[in-house]
Amino acid sequence: MERHVLITFPHPDDEAFGVAGTVIQYTRAGVPVTYACGTLGEMGRNMGNPFFATRETLPEIRKKELQEACRVMGIKDLRLLGLHDKTIEFEDEDEVADKIYRIIEDVRPSLIITFYPGFAVHPDHDAYGAAVIRAAMRLPEDQRPKIYCKAFSQNCEAYLGSPDIVNDVSDVFDQKLEAIKAHRSQTEGSLKEWIPKLTNNDPDLVEWIGKETFWIYKGPVAV
Amino acid sequence: MNIVTGCGNLEAIRKEDVQKVLDDFAGQELYIHLETTNGVYTGFRRPDQLSVGAFIRNGKIRYSRGKITGNGPYRVGLKMESGWVYAEGLTDWEVDDKGRLLLAGHHKDGKLAIALELSKEPF
Repeated sequence: MERHVLITFPHPDDEAFGVAGTVIQYTRAGVPVTYACGTLGEMGRNMGNPFFATRETLPEIRKKELQEACRVMGIKDLRLLGLHDKTIEFEDEDEVADKIYRIIEDVRPSLIITFYPGFAVHPDHDAYGAAVIRAAMRLPEDQRPKIYCKAFSQNCEAYLGSPDIVNDVSDVFDQKLEAIKAHRSQTEGSLKEWIPKLTNNDPDLVEWIGKETFWIYKGPVAV
Repeated sequence: MNIVTGCGNLEAIRKEDVQKVLDDFAGQELYIHLETTNGVYTGFRRPDQLSVGAFIRNGKIRYSRGKITGNGPYRVGLKMESGWVYAEGLTDWEVDDKGRLLLAGHHKDGKLAIALELSKEPF
């Protein structure tokens, strides 16, 4: 069992689809989880129909949603890094890594979960994952936590192979759905499509939500 | 779950009212937020498409004439001393509690496609 888990993603809701179930399993087992969230997803597009947000109110709404999601997942330590959505790749890489390194030093995680740089589609995902790796690599190998990465680019399996870890989270399926729902501004549309499918036990969707996949970080991969 | 909302008075554009605000703001030093996007996952979901987007936040501008045109969706042009600001596809607006003019174009599902905002203070 882990001593302390640090999850690191750039946008509120990045954790919901692919990690929330795993997090819930950890917190239920008494493992503390810290979430270092890079931005407030300030540039999200979904304002609702009817509207529930404007470009200017969205960050505060997403912050509240994130706090609610953390409550659902049992995360008691949420760190907001204050970066701006869509800009992480343009920041000084060491500065972003510094922010994450300070959190690593503070919580001394036994496991870090982040995006696999280069295989996470959104430029913020790749840049933030790279900063997390950079920060972790500053630790000597014998003190370095394990790093599990999320990857979902079209080519990820061609380069990384099959996921190293396929975690069955069906035991916390409903709680995971609650965590997804907490990010209402981002997930309301998807959920509308999911509800009938879930009622009919759509096998693909149940599998997609019920299994969380991770690659163990093995170093940079040339594409 | 509590439903958090923060859309103030965002509503369908009333052209004459927007024009009045544009007139009020003319000739002053203003901060602009201008943005358009088709979504960062467009190219991922549809490999034949490009993900495109651009934003400027807290650019400083001053315009001599600002005008809203069209019959909905609307267009706005701001004529500056040596150039233009242009936005197309605007559908909704509000003047928020900080006196900022927020104009945006939303797809039918509520996704923002363009935003043009003006403020006397930095955003």
